[in-house]
Amino acid sequence: MDTIAFYIFAAIAILASLGVIGQGNPMHSVMLLIVSFGALAGLYILLQAPFTAVTQIIIYAGAIMVLFLFVVMLLNVPREEPVPLTAAGLLGPTTMKIGAVLSVVLAIEVVWGLSRLGPTWFSQDAEAAGVSSVARIGNVLFTDHAFAFEATSILILVAMVGAVVIARREH
Amino acid sequence: MVPLNSYLILSGILFAIGTAGVFLRRNLITVLLSIEIMLNAVNLSFVAIGRYLGSVDGQIITFFVMTVAAAEAAVGLALVIALFRHRETLSPDAYTSLKW
Amino acid sequence: MLLLIPLLPFVGFLINAFLGRRLSKSISGGIACLAIIGSFVVSVISILSLLSSGAVSAEVTAFDWMSSGDLQIPLRFRLDHLASLMILVVTGIGSLIHIYSTGYMHEESDPEYARYFSYLNLFAAFMLVLVLGANFPVMFVGWEGVGLCSYLLIGFWFTKKSAADAGKKAFIVNRIGDFGFILGMLLVFVTFGSLDFQEVAAAAAQRAPEAGTWGVMTIATLLLFVGATGKSAQIPLYVWLPDAMEGPTPVSALIHAATMVTAGVYMIGRNAVLFEHAPTTLAIVAAIGVATALMAGTIGLVQNDIKRVLAYSTVSQLGYMFLAMGVGAYAAGIFHLYTHAFFKALLFLGSGAVIHALAGEQDIRNMGGLKKYLPITYWTFVVGALAIAGFPLLSGFFSKDEILFRTFTADTPGHLLFYAIAIVTSLLTATYMFRLVFLTFHGERRHDAPAPEHPEEQEPVTVADAHGGHAPAHGAHAPAHAVASPAPVLSPHGGHGHGHGGGHDHTPHEAPWSMAIPLILLAVGSVVAGYVGVPHALGGNNRIESFLEPSFEAGAAAGHETAAPAASEAHEPEAAHADVGTERTLMALSVGIALAGIGLAWYFWLANRRVVEGITSAFAPVHRLLLNKYYVDELYDAAIVQPVKKISTGALWKGVDAGLIDGTVNGVGLAVSGAGTGLRRLQTGSVRTYAFALFAGAISILAYYLFS
Repeated sequence: MDTIAFYIFAAIAILASLGVIGQGNPMHSVMLLIVSFGALAGLYILLQAPFTAVTQIIIYAGAIMVLFLFVVMLLNVPREEPVPLTAAGLLGPTTMKIGAVLSVVLAIEVVWGLSRLGPTWFSQDAEAAGVSSVARIGNVLFTDHAFAFEATSILILVAMVGAVVIARREH
Repeated sequence: MVPLNSYLILSGILFAIGTAGVFLRRNLITVLLSIEIMLNAVNLSFVAIGRYLGSVDGQIITFFVMTVAAAEAAVGLALVIALFRHRETLSPDAYTSLKW
Repeated sequence: MLLLIPLLPFVGFLINAFLGRRLSKSISGGIACLAIIGSFVVSVISILSLLSSGAVSAEVTAFDWMSSGDLQIPLRFRLDHLASLMILVVTGIGSLIHIYSTGYMHEESDPEYARYFSYLNLFAAFMLVLVLGANFPVMFVGWEGVGLCSYLLIGFWFTKKSAADAGKKAFIVNRIGDFGFILGMLLVFVTFGSLDFQEVAAAAAQRAPEAGTWGVMTIATLLLFVGATGKSAQIPLYVWLPDAMEGPTPVSALIHAATMVTAGVYMIGRNAVLFEHAPTTLAIVAAIGVATALMAGTIGLVQNDIKRVLAYSTVSQLGYMFLAMGVGAYAAGIFHLYTHAFFKALLFLGSGAVIHALAGEQDIRNMGGLKKYLPITYWTFVVGALAIAGFPLLSGFFSKDEILFRTFTADTPGHLLFYAIAIVTSLLTATYMFRLVFLTFHGERRHDAPAPEHPEEQEPVTVADAHGGHAPAHGAHAPAHAVASPAPVLSPHGGHGHGHGGGHDHTPHEAPWSMAIPLILLAVGSVVAGYVGVPHALGGNNRIESFLEPSFEAGAAAGHETAAPAASEAHEPEAAHADVGTERTLMALSVGIALAGIGLAWYFWLANRRVVEGITSAFAPVHRLLLNKYYVDELYDAAIVQPVKKISTGALWKGVDAGLIDGTVNGVGLAVSGAGTGLRRLQTGSVRTYAFALFAGAISILAYYLFS
């Protein structure tokens, strides 16, 4: 059961990502990315990480993507002719294409490296499964990682102020 | 049962897709989107390994990553807006003034 | 107390060097004279206290100069009998010359006057350091210092090219000699472990003399002698001395007659024990000395510049001193040094008075008949000439005779040949000296010298390519072509070469008192100075020899017995006292020679001038050879100077300096800028390129870890 769900979610995620990078309309790219995030959220649930799944949807899909959407609509971003995901397109003359090739190389490396290891199974006991309850996360977050938490809040403040300042229209 | 390897492979593929997007797209906003894909791939790795090790730290990290990604997206988009005002184009190749 | 002796003139130098511009002539001259006279007084006091204390020497150490491992060199002065004599000569005759200079240089401007006296005082200070030094390095400081002052003073009128060239020539030739001196000094240190004179002498006394072999002491002393040939103008490094006559005449008197040139002789005397253990070197010293004496004597016979004649005479007399040192008669050599100082200074100062009277004329062909106008100058000059010729009972007679006698009775191989050459040179000495006297003072005033082709600014462009520096800077004095040797460039009395040509009708005036009094005093000295060395053959005690004897022995520390074996003593063989008869015979011979020489001069240059011209044209090639000083300067120029110049210009300048060194430095710069030009292309300005680079690096690292 889990296996099927995993493969379904994985396929959605990959296809959606390919769509994000592969097709021209930026609005559609944003939408596809939201779909991808949704698939990832499903994967998190499969990994017994409900808190992360929920925050993924709320923050990523809900806030960040909406921000992206706003900007796309504000700037009236034109449709772009993307590079076709064919061999000819990927191996084109510019350095950027080589970068794309390298990405493929990376993927191959990772896949190959990981498949050389034997399969590593998750532990199934309830203890391991229940590790990521919200209570537990909150506990650790506010005690062991309190400093990082506070620092992150300052980071967000700074980012907010920075964003306002940078995007301000000059008079 | 899905082994850890599968999750990591998936994460790697997503990461590669993200980098390919950074290099291939000629639209700044889409480049930023590709970066978000990469970040998500990494998040997936963290959660998977955290689950494997039985530790909650994986999710803590993803929490922070998401927060920072949000901040970064905000500032990045602000920069994109400012740049767009300056040059009326969103192609990354247009911004090469720091050339030799 | 001992330190004051060199210190007083040094202070005089400092005052005149830094404040001289603003001081009037009387003050700057007065300070200089006071300094040297003060030094003389302190010298006398020091010597008296040394003699009354009965010690052999007195020492003062100023401070520890160099101290490194085995090498301990303090700045130490030592006054012993030899040094006593020397400091008396330097300060005494130096004082007289300072006083003379106040008159002679009076027409210079105030700053120039002060500069002159500052250099003169500095010279005296260095010479005293040389003489009083207790070890080689201190002596070397003085050695170099007097070389420096010689350069400064020869080139005093440096705006005149020949003077500047002469100064450079003197310094460079001296430097070549100094190289030998340094090597000798190093060899002495390596062999004996010390550089103090007494310690070296004591160590050398422990060894056997190196008869007939080229041992380390022979080589060391030979190298030291090379230094002496440079400083004391012997073959082969004498070429600077005649050119040095470009300097003011008192400078010639002080430096190139009385003191600096005697430094070489003094050095050998100071190291008598060491030299005594190297008979080969001594033979070479004697041979070179006597050869130089002869050569210089022949050249002096035909020169036409009054100062040149005296310069070659100095070289010749120095040859005598070296001959004496070479046959082991150290006291005789020093004795001649001492008497020579008197009469040579006298002769130079006298010639200075003549030049001063004639307002710059130096060519003796333009002189004559000055006897009646310059009586004091004339009579003192005659006294000096008689002394140098060896006229009986004057100082030169005693000292020269002592040398001749010792040469005759020496056991150096070839000593009889040396004696013969020395006698011939005596004849020449008397002849050319009195030629000078007769042509300058007797007869009627002539203007025989050919007029110069160019007026006063006649520069030495006679040699084809214009060298700087080492050029045979004898200007008009010895042209490469024979006949019409133009009149010498007039000694620029006002410092800028504007002397009057020969043949003015204005009456020559006698020297002022500041110049006349030193002349008189020196004349008196030339007569009586010899009496300290009256030999036993004439009933005297030869006091100077016994006075100097302890200085030539090893272990000259106080209280050392002289009963050491013969190898450790450097005094003349006792057999000298036995041959009274031989000595008297030789004395008669040299008196006869002296009178013959005077007679020859009278015959040719006073009575029958025409005969001289006949002989000159009959032997014209010989005459030309002598007039051009055997072409030695031209030889050096072709053999040494030109090749060095070519190497310097072609290889070293263009090749090494411009090509290699500049090329390397510039090359580094070019390399850096080239690298920069290449590297800057990394800055494409495109962020995606940078991202690509990052990514590529990351993948490589990942690959490395995955696959290794």
